[in-house]
Amino acid sequence: MTALPQLAVTRADAPTRFLEVRGLRVHFPTDDGLVKSVDGVSFGLERRRTLGIVGESGSGKSVTSLAIMGLHKGGSARISGEIWLDGQELVAADQETVRLLRGRKMAMIFQDPLSSMHPYYSIGAQIVEAYRIHHNVSKQVARRHAIELLDRVGIPQPAKRVNDYPHQFSGGMRQRAMIAMALSNNPELLIADEPTTALDVTVQAQILDLIRDLQEEYGSAVIIITHDLGVVAELADDIFVMYGGKAVEYGTAADLFARPEHPYTWGLLGSMPRMDRDVRDRLIPIKGSPPSLITLPSGCAFHPRCPYAELDGIPCKTVVPTLGEGDRHGVACHIPPPKRRELFATDIAPHL
Amino acid sequence: MAGGATRRPPRPNIVLRYVIRRLLAAVLLLFVVSVVTFGIFFYIPRLAGASAEDLASRYVGKTANEAQLRVMADKLGFYDPLYVQYGRFVKGIVLGANYNTGPTTVRCPAPCFGYSFITQNPVWPDLVDRMRVTGSLAVGAAIIWVLFGVSTGVLSALRKGSIFDRMAMGTALAGVSLPIFWTGLLTLSIFSYRMHLTAPGGSYTPITENPAEWAYDLILPWITLAFLIAAAYARLTRAGMLETMGEDYIRTARAKGLPERTVVVKHGLRAALTPITTIFGLDLGLLLGGAVLTESTFSLPGMGKYAIDAIVNNDLPKVLGVTMVGATFIIFANLIVDLLYAVIDPRVRLS
Repeated sequence: MTALPQLAVTRADAPTRFLEVRGLRVHFPTDDGLVKSVDGVSFGLERRRTLGIVGESGSGKSVTSLAIMGLHKGGSARISGEIWLDGQELVAADQETVRLLRGRKMAMIFQDPLSSMHPYYSIGAQIVEAYRIHHNVSKQVARRHAIELLDRVGIPQPAKRVNDYPHQFSGGMRQRAMIAMALSNNPELLIADEPTTALDVTVQAQILDLIRDLQEEYGSAVIIITHDLGVVAELADDIFVMYGGKAVEYGTAADLFARPEHPYTWGLLGSMPRMDRDVRDRLIPIKGSPPSLITLPSGCAFHPRCPYAELDGIPCKTVVPTLGEGDRHGVACHIPPPKRRELFATDIAPHL
Repeated sequence: MAGGATRRPPRPNIVLRYVIRRLLAAVLLLFVVSVVTFGIFFYIPRLAGASAEDLASRYVGKTANEAQLRVMADKLGFYDPLYVQYGRFVKGIVLGANYNTGPTTVRCPAPCFGYSFITQNPVWPDLVDRMRVTGSLAVGAAIIWVLFGVSTGVLSALRKGSIFDRMAMGTALAGVSLPIFWTGLLTLSIFSYRMHLTAPGGSYTPITENPAEWAYDLILPWITLAFLIAAAYARLTRAGMLETMGEDYIRTARAKGLPERTVVVKHGLRAALTPITTIFGLDLGLLLGGAVLTESTFSLPGMGKYAIDAIVNNDLPKVLGVTMVGATFIIFANLIVDLLYAVIDPRVRLS
């Protein structure tokens, strides 16, 4: 891997962490009003670590990842805040700078590998293309590289399959090929946006194992975006729970699964099917539906769906709760921490 | 990975089988067209009560008497069973025919559509002359309309809602709504009669004789015809581009770090052009069979004008010839589109 030219000026307040997102806002002006898809989100990630971003559809998790990749640039989105990748700020950087990082320093795996690959080009051609943008090599060299990658991600007879088209692959094989494509330039940051959602359950575990193996091999930082807590339980070191474009809870995976403190996280855990639970126990769904991102509920965006809203007179409907700075385990909730722990122990834990 | 360097051809037997299947379908279709055409001109009049003599009367002067008509009908084979007559018709097209017109036998070489009632000329050589005119018109216009139509559509899609987009789509709406006999007369009156920049219509010089003169004579018909069709292509391309640029694979292409131009052309346009290719083949095939309105407006001696003259004069062999040739063009245009489709979209090859 050759060193990337440092095009952006490194600033004095540049963070030490490999990836650091500070106060990221992504707003889309529409005819109906301003859609605040991501509204003030901050998190960080070190190399070799995996961050799971969890939330329902429309919580802003995909928009966050696309913002890191710079894929909103040139569109109608209004982006503010800071995204630092290896000491380089990306929000203010020009499009060309971010484009040169894309696919090389940071790469992305998308949800549906069938629609995410071009139907008219062979798998090999698409990997070769991804490699040759960033490496000045001949087609033959790139092709050999593509075959090695396909072999690495576990595609049988890679020298043959490299000429096949996406529609000739099965769903799991396609996602493997997609991963091979994302890995073609040894990215230091790999973002996987719902990598297993479109796959059969039997294939999901294989793909997750593959991502974990490859992370160990390549030493990349990984962001895994999902609505499936099972997936993050499998992979993530840290978990970041989003709701209505904001972070509601942040902590290590161990902490979040053992001692979740936000009522929304409780809801997510309660609605997750588990093998070790009695089949007669019902899942506990979160009531209501995700909020409109144009007119978010006042105060805590979760309050209309929260069973503990206005508990003991806390100002859920008026004051926006914050995560709290510097905490290893941040919770954006007005319920006092001792009360939260008590509620979890008495009300929630017995039903999980 | 020794196999890495050897490129496996994309399953030649499947591709070959696809080509053969399409070719057979085209031949079958041609057969059907010939049967239908023959039926319209030789069988339907019988159904309507016309006798063999009535059919023969179309081939001779108005002064012929009953006996002469009977001789003529016999010579033309109108007393034979219908399938024999059809066989003779097809044989004439494929192998040529001999006409026994009294003392001498006239050889009509293949493809023989017979002789014009009016000019007594064999139909085929005339048709070939006319095809050159129509071909020049259609191909020249096609190049212009594809270049302008597609590029306008792409630019409009990429700058959706801009002033360029609005103006282009407004012009395109005018283009698809204005008939060519109106735009044609307008451009003729402005560019030929007032400004004397282009040929006044009615003249055609073969390209082999004088290429500059050829282009000078055709430039106005080209542009006028292209404007009409380019408008439709611009709208289609714009819609197609807007759709493809929203596809997931476009986002993937951007995520790879491809420059925007590559994303638009290699990934977006490639997919958006597929339906355009289909329509292009059909449009070109249709036009090659005769651009009736354009040729009439600019008085170009092409197939379309030939067809109209033939119909007006009730000149049966000419009508037959022009129908068969027009149908052949459309069938072959379809065949080429089908084959191109398989080249463009790998998913088609398997179906």
